[in-house]
Amino acid sequence: MPAIRKNSFAARLVDNSKNYLFIIPAVTLFSIFYVYPFYEIFNLSLHQWNGISPHRTFVGFANFQELFSDKIWWQSMWHAGFITIIALTLQNALAFMLALACDRQIRLKKFYRVVFFIPPVLSEIVVGLIWQWILYAGMQSGEHIGLLNYLLVKTGWPQLVHNWLSDPKTALACIAVVHCWKGFGWGFIMLLAGLQTIDGQLYEAAKVDGAGSWNQFRHITIPMMVPVLLVVMILTVLGSMQVFILILSMVGQGLGYHTEVPVTRILDAMIGTNRFGYACAMSVTFGAILIGISAFFKILSNRMKQA
Amino acid sequence: MEINKYLLQRISNSIITHIFLMAVTVSCLFPLFWMVRCALMTNATVFTDKSFVPHVLHFKNFITAWTEGGFSVYFFNSVIYTVSVVVGIVLISSLAAYAFSRLDFPGKNFFFYMFVAALMIPFPGSFVPLVVLMNKIGWTNMRYGYILCMINVGLSMSILLLKTFFDKMSPDLEDAARIDGCGRLGIWWHVALPLARPAIAVIVIFNSLNVWNEYILANLLLNDKSLMPLQRGLMVFQGAHSVDYPLLMAGLTIAAVPIILIYLAMQKHIIKGLSSGTTVG
Repeated sequence: MPAIRKNSFAARLVDNSKNYLFIIPAVTLFSIFYVYPFYEIFNLSLHQWNGISPHRTFVGFANFQELFSDKIWWQSMWHAGFITIIALTLQNALAFMLALACDRQIRLKKFYRVVFFIPPVLSEIVVGLIWQWILYAGMQSGEHIGLLNYLLVKTGWPQLVHNWLSDPKTALACIAVVHCWKGFGWGFIMLLAGLQTIDGQLYEAAKVDGAGSWNQFRHITIPMMVPVLLVVMILTVLGSMQVFILILSMVGQGLGYHTEVPVTRILDAMIGTNRFGYACAMSVTFGAILIGISAFFKILSNRMKQA
Repeated sequence: MEINKYLLQRISNSIITHIFLMAVTVSCLFPLFWMVRCALMTNATVFTDKSFVPHVLHFKNFITAWTEGGFSVYFFNSVIYTVSVVVGIVLISSLAAYAFSRLDFPGKNFFFYMFVAALMIPFPGSFVPLVVLMNKIGWTNMRYGYILCMINVGLSMSILLLKTFFDKMSPDLEDAARIDGCGRLGIWWHVALPLARPAIAVIVIFNSLNVWNEYILANLLLNDKSLMPLQRGLMVFQGAHSVDYPLLMAGLTIAAVPIILIYLAMQKHIIKGLSSGTTVG
């Protein structure tokens, strides 16, 4: 009897271990391309290394110390913050207004829904290069080449003509607006899905009680939408803080430090100045900041659920 | 009188709404129209002809971009990368998700939450250690190095999505297959995968978009022109032809049109996938 039991235990063990075959491909890839890099980024952030030499010098927290007094780094953080604030307000307000407009019985609803999601499916390179061409500031035989400046002259606003992408004052704002153009479709689709889960009977009941459309919006729509709004906001913040391909394709790296964001700094430390350890210290710091921001939103959403 | 006033207000409301929605529609589509319009001009006429639809349509840019600009190579590479990464993700993630949902083995939860944790933790600059790793094992400028990296990028999300799907799926059909003598692997292939088609559709679309549009790893890992995908090729092309905007616009059109067509064909799945994402989150 015990022999059989032992046997069946062994058989189960063999049987169970066959189940590992199902996850081995995924776990192997994940260990090589996620777990190991995750470890390596912390490890490298404590070293000084040029990426080529076989020898890495352990420097402790020196990279972090340098980073905390690196003005350009914190400036780049502020630039990303600026883009994020524009995206949080402009992009999300637009997305919410569009979602509200499409939530009703309205003609062409499906058409709008399809169109608004076209910019998000395009790549940042394509979007950046199209807009760079539209915002182009060059002139040829007295006429503006770029569409925006040309239209500004033709419609009687020549005083607004501008070097949009080469003026440090407007470059970042242009990037932020294009980022919103590319991104509002995401928020729109998610918010619309959220609006459609609100029970129509709530509105009916409110109408019976004599609530006007503003009161319905204020006391039904907004409270019901808080969870979805918070999700959209977290995604907007995480996406906008990490924007950089759009910047590479719109202005390249030729604008001094006026359009630097954290990821372009990381990239520059890595391939520009070959300081891999410093690049990793930047990544770790930036990651910690992003985790802090998402934790803040998480706490906020929990508070709101309780209230 | 009362009804008339109400009706009038409703009509004017809906007109204002439509004007608003139409304005946004135009702002979404116009830059794309402008891209195609400029692609159909020559470098001489693009500066002089300001009409919306050019007088002479000039299709040669597409041919030039395709042959001399190397877009045939970039396009072919993008297709290779997208197809192999997506097939890889579907096979590998469905195997793992099936095991996490249906099979039993020690450490199951640990491994599952390892994948979930990767979704929760922002990992900016992950390309730095990845490039270090690829240099070390000599996989830079290798198709499979890039493909394996990109498979890993989509893995966690797909495993989570498929596991939730398998959890909700009734086990009746699998039991029937088991009685008929199907092994675990057979059940996965013949029963679970076909049943999971809606979830797989979402995974295929989102990962296709992701791989087709990916730039940074392609930029860091593939330096050989014959290996570059479209997005990388576009930047190289822009660097080389920074003054020939019509030609650049033709290149952009080549990169943008396939993804727009796929989106239009699959938009129902995309919107469904996104909407369900909100309710889960």
